[in-house]
Amino acid sequence: MDDLRQTIRDYVIKEYVEEGDETEIELQTPLISGGIVDSFSMVSLKRFLEKKYDIQIPDDEATPEAFDNVERIAALVERIRQG
Amino acid sequence: MEAGYGMSDTPGYAELSNGFDWSLAEAELGYEHGDIINIGWYCSDRPCRLGLADKPALIWENIHGDERLYSFDDVRLLSNAIAAFLRELGLQPEERICLFMDRLPELYISFLGILKMGGIAQPLYSAFGDESLWTRLQDAGTAAVITQKKHLGKVRRIRDRLPELRHIIVVDGERAKRQEREITLRMDELPRPDHFDLYPATAETPSVLHYTSGTTGQPKGAQHVHYSLIAQYLTAKWVLDLKPDDIYWCNADPGWITGTSYGIIGPWSNGTTQVVLDSGFNAELWYRFIEKHRVTVWYSAPTAIRLLMKEGSALPKRFDLSSLRHLCSVGEPLNAEAVIWSQETFGLPFRDTYWQTETGCIVITNFPGLEVKPGSMGLPFPGIPAAVLQPQTFEPLTEPGTVGIIALRAPWPSFIRGYWNNEEGYRAKFVNGWYLTGDRASVDADGYYWFMGRDDDVINTGGHLVGPFEIESALLEHPAVAESAAVGKPDPVNMEVVKAFVTLKPGHAPDGDLELEIMNFIRKKLSPIAMPQEIEFVESLPKTRSGKIMRRVLRAQEWGEPVGDISTLMED
Repeated sequence: MDDLRQTIRDYVIKEYVEEGDETEIELQTPLISGGIVDSFSMVSLKRFLEKKYDIQIPDDEATPEAFDNVERIAALVERIRQG
Repeated sequence: MEAGYGMSDTPGYAELSNGFDWSLAEAELGYEHGDIINIGWYCSDRPCRLGLADKPALIWENIHGDERLYSFDDVRLLSNAIAAFLRELGLQPEERICLFMDRLPELYISFLGILKMGGIAQPLYSAFGDESLWTRLQDAGTAAVITQKKHLGKVRRIRDRLPELRHIIVVDGERAKRQEREITLRMDELPRPDHFDLYPATAETPSVLHYTSGTTGQPKGAQHVHYSLIAQYLTAKWVLDLKPDDIYWCNADPGWITGTSYGIIGPWSNGTTQVVLDSGFNAELWYRFIEKHRVTVWYSAPTAIRLLMKEGSALPKRFDLSSLRHLCSVGEPLNAEAVIWSQETFGLPFRDTYWQTETGCIVITNFPGLEVKPGSMGLPFPGIPAAVLQPQTFEPLTEPGTVGIIALRAPWPSFIRGYWNNEEGYRAKFVNGWYLTGDRASVDADGYYWFMGRDDDVINTGGHLVGPFEIESALLEHPAVAESAAVGKPDPVNMEVVKAFVTLKPGHAPDGDLELEIMNFIRKKLSPIAMPQEIEFVESLPKTRSGKIMRRVLRAQEWGEPVGDISTLMED
């Protein structure tokens, strides 16, 4: 797992997985559809990514599908960073 | 007016309204005044007695593909088992027993078990953070919480501040890991008693306690009684148009009242099979679920419908959704575009239904068979007189198109009997015998209601009411925050979302890190729905000369509306 994916995964575990919850977060673990990150909380995850990677994620790209697992989020960040 | 879509054989609105009396629902349920009326029995034992014992009551699925099926007889026996378990723990009738978990089968069946042993079911949204959970458990003096391993940490962090909480019942996980006051309840391993000595609830026996937010103070516990069944049964039959062969899907979480009135009581008292998907939003997953289970009646919410719209019309065409025959929506007003999109996409309009935690059942609706006017709330349910009142005189407005406060003439079977420990708050909801909903609307010449907005500062985000006071109180607990105001701001999906205006204490500077920190602080303390989606750091907040923060000034700015009278505004 590269740094980008590791950072996103660590943040998801730290912020959205309840202490004592033994849910494993892998690259493909469903986050939104899996009920780990709800659509309201997605805004704070988006804000974290924008701040951490100094990017702007357009609202129409911040969809539940695009944020549904670490791999998709990382791919979105990579695409935006590459312009 | 009754042009309709030819989709229902329910008698027409005019016919049902003529001489309406709730006693017709009582007769259908075989209830007579003074009888025992226990919702737990009516939703499990009665369907079995009517020959539905082997019929699926609950087909449950989660994101991982796990599937569980419970017949009405399973629900009857398992709710007996849970009721016996709770009674053996020493829990007494009318003690509050909280359900704090995701949409697991244990949630639905425990709800009936609590009612069968005479307890008051107190469902709470499982995404609530520590403080939101504590506020509601402390206020209710809750005696037991039924939860799951995933949410146990939140209960453990607050239990020392809850002296009345005697039992924490965990439906999964390892028994060896239980701590003080904790006990494991594995529903599927319980003995299934054919007989349970049912608590002899009567019409006014308390049944369910749902918490709802207001403008001032902490959330209030809306107290319902077993007689609510009469209205929930009939509205589910007439508005949701539930029929014996239907497969019904209600998107609502039972932590909120839609999820109990129409996610448990309505369908099961009608003997209807319901399907439950324990997942977050995913358009493809949802369409596949409808196709797989041949869902016929779908009760959803505007936020979900607008998210589906964003995914486009091509996606639903990949699935066979021809089983759908009736669609309804609840939560916040359903915009005209969503109704039109639904008609084009599914060949059916989503029919808006309007009601509140306090009303216990649908009170204004686009009745089956009636013409849907896209964007309208519809017409009052028979037997529930409604009006819009002039905001100063509280007299009913008769001129079509004039905006006033939606008011209802209570009581009816499912109307609340009070707020828990808050008689003053309950009385304040009434003027001249009218219950004031806090929502504004106009009525057109055909009698259709058109939603205009809230009449107070409560924020309706994604169909959930959030009280600004609760958010502001939590914000003040953040070490950097000096003052705060929370208002709703427009949002294309959720209708409105929370925005906070914050002044900082000396030594703190506004930046993106602090904004994110405060957002997460509120999310964990209260809930994701209460988390400000935006924080604006300001030098000062608009206040009256007496020092009260004027939220309406900030809200008007966000909505681009006139600020109104600011003669009392304090000048800096």
